Amino acid sequence: MVTNVSYEAVSAHYGWRDWLSQRLTAVVMLLYTLLVFGIVLWHGGLDYTVWKSVFANPAFKLATFLFMIAMFFHAWVGVRNIAMDYVKPTGWRLTLQFIVICVLIAYTGWTIQILWGG
Amino acid sequence: MAAIERPVIKPRPVYLNLFEIRQPLPAIVSILHRISGALLFVVGIPVVLWGVQRSLASPETFAQWKSTMSEPLWKFVALALAWGYLHHLLAGLRHLALDVHVGVDLEPARRSSAVVLILSLLLTVLVAVRLW
Repeated sequence: MVTNVSYEAVSAHYGWRDWLSQRLTAVVMLLYTLLVFGIVLWHGGLDYTVWKSVFANPAFKLATFLFMIAMFFHAWVGVRNIAMDYVKPTGWRLTLQFIVICVLIAYTGWTIQILWGG
Repeated sequence: MAAIERPVIKPRPVYLNLFEIRQPLPAIVSILHRISGALLFVVGIPVVLWGVQRSLASPETFAQWKSTMSEPLWKFVALALAWGYLHHLLAGLRHLALDVHVGVDLEPARRSSAVVLILSLLLTVLVAVRLW
């Protein structure tokens, strides 16, 4: 009789963590979406002056940064799930995941440039 | 010890032509959740970052960006991304509801998937009206 069942071989145990982070990042993005929608409605549309002044606000910069990081995390979990489902050869899958990580880190740098690059 | 009769494994028909199986609504919402997510990652993120950068850099680049976005091709891209965002967001909200056991039964689950499909399309039409 088997008394000691180990699931180590079949699970990396990141399932529940992904599940939770996917939801937390989604809520962050939802709140930011509502914030931006509210700002646009409040100003009744956006010209350059208004747009620029919205992004000049340090709190809005931080909120935008938080949104972007949440989105990049969310995208990583989602794209990795897609890769695990459809890209069966390990080499190709790891290559794809490596590229996605590089792209997301580059996007993070790009976001910082946009927000605080002057 | 009595002999245990092993069940005979019969060869069962395998029929997984996804295009010929009629998918239930929740399955359609589910695959569109995935497709819209991929679309947002591949096209959405770079286009939005590029747009935010161009629109903030100077009044001139803001005007350039605005005129670029008024070209039919870019309007179509914007519309596709708007649909992707709306569908993904609404399907995600449905997921959160299911997570807390709201609407888990068959009928409510079907109804909520219909709501996600239709509402995201209706809102996309609103975006289209705004764009054109």
